[in-house]
Amino acid sequence: MIQVRNLVKAYGDFVAVKDISFDVEEGEIFAFLGPNGAGKTTTIKILTTLLKPTSGSVRLDGLDPSVQHNEARKRFGIVFQDPSLDDELTAYENMDFHGVLYKVPRKLRLERIESLLKLFELWDRRNDPVKQFSGGMKRRLEIARGLLHTPKIVFLDEPTLGLDPQTRNQLWKHVKKLNEEERVTVFMTTHYMEEADRVAHRIAIIDHGKIVAQGTSQQLKEQTGAETLEQAFLSLTGSTIRDEDATSTDQMRNMARMFRGNRR
Amino acid sequence: MSAIYILWLRQVKRYVRSKPRIIASLGQPLLFLIALGFGFGPIFQKAGQGNYIQFLAPGVIAMTILFTAIFSGIELIWDRQFGFLKETLVAPVPRILVMIGRTLGGATVAMIQGVIVVAICFAAGFRVTNFHALPVAILIMILVAIMFTALGTAIASVLSDFQGFQLIMNFLVMPIFFLSGALFPLTNLPKVLNVIASIDPLSYGVDGLRSALIGVAHFGIPLDLLVLSVIAAALLGAGSYLFSRIQL
Repeated sequence: MIQVRNLVKAYGDFVAVKDISFDVEEGEIFAFLGPNGAGKTTTIKILTTLLKPTSGSVRLDGLDPSVQHNEARKRFGIVFQDPSLDDELTAYENMDFHGVLYKVPRKLRLERIESLLKLFELWDRRNDPVKQFSGGMKRRLEIARGLLHTPKIVFLDEPTLGLDPQTRNQLWKHVKKLNEEERVTVFMTTHYMEEADRVAHRIAIIDHGKIVAQGTSQQLKEQTGAETLEQAFLSLTGSTIRDEDATSTDQMRNMARMFRGNRR
Repeated sequence: MSAIYILWLRQVKRYVRSKPRIIASLGQPLLFLIALGFGFGPIFQKAGQGNYIQFLAPGVIAMTILFTAIFSGIELIWDRQFGFLKETLVAPVPRILVMIGRTLGGATVAMIQGVIVVAICFAAGFRVTNFHALPVAILIMILVAIMFTALGTAIASVLSDFQGFQLIMNFLVMPIFFLSGALFPLTNLPKVLNVIASIDPLSYGVDGLRSALIGVAHFGIPLDLLVLSVIAAALLGAGSYLFSRIQL
């Protein structure tokens, strides 16, 4: 379903992704793990047409996302690392906006919106503006939205960041259910190793832009002689802490937070 | 088409829901009308130029459209910072349609603001003398709205945050307004100012509105319409190009 061969992405002198290759099979849950700044989000952006690769090839369901953008875009749904909802619109309007952009026929659109909002337990709140939602509700809404156009592949970029254990559990329950019932291929990243251990069929570990290991959780543990996936992860990537520079986005979010007086 | 419609609808909904924004953005035109309109009125009259409110109102209307349109375009920076832009960029919709939908939405918002200010001007004593030219006045308002929304979008496509925003306001938007003939007649000006005013696209919007509404012309409506259409088309093209190159 996803094929990546010798993918490279360079920003000037800095090489974020160095010659990585991997495959994700149809119906698989594939976890892409790595420390901060390892190249996870860059890879997802290339897979989802937001960035063009410097070299190498990518195929999504046989399509090249850097050439056949729009065909490739119909194939996947994505939940971004940071929120991407319109806070001023209601939950229903966010869903409807998405459905229209993806050309889901009206009748089907209304049905899917209703069933997805019910599945993610947001139907009762459908007419409330998203700015009144908690972090967990927003995440659920984003996942529901990403599934609206019945994609074959779903990208989840750290979907559980900042959520409480209850919400996290529930979220992965939904993801597993979708994967089993609708055979949706899932490509996910997370910092919570036990989540990857529990949910993913296969795991790739990326560090400094390179894939350092891939296989099932069991294989990774055996390879490193570790008892838990977390230990395996640490022995593969070392225990130095990676600091990322704050981007202008972070600075701006901080500023906005100050202005809003932590209303969220 | 449906993509353009839903993007347009989103902009309009956001506008209609933000009541504080609507009220706040009417403060400035009101201030201009009161302070300048009534303040300079007697001097303008003594200089033999007639009623200043009559002269100023088209300028204030054009100003409102200018500011609202630029802000609507620049809202793109918010969408980029708060993530919503990604949602539209990964959708299977050609970027140019996204750009057109946004621009039409922003232009519609600017038009609504413009019409509200027309009503305020009317309350301040402004009277339309050429009712048959009203459609022309509306056309000019639409062109000005589209032109500056496209400009705002073009600027926002290359800025990644609000750092450069103050620079744009002080060195682009303010000069466009103050040097456009919105506040003073363009006749008998020092040569430099005259040249600047004639390359300022807003001058043609103000002149067009003034000709259509009260029959006072400097460039004349045919030239106004020509310049506005050409520049609006050029800025739409430039905006679409820059927007299509956004990488996140």
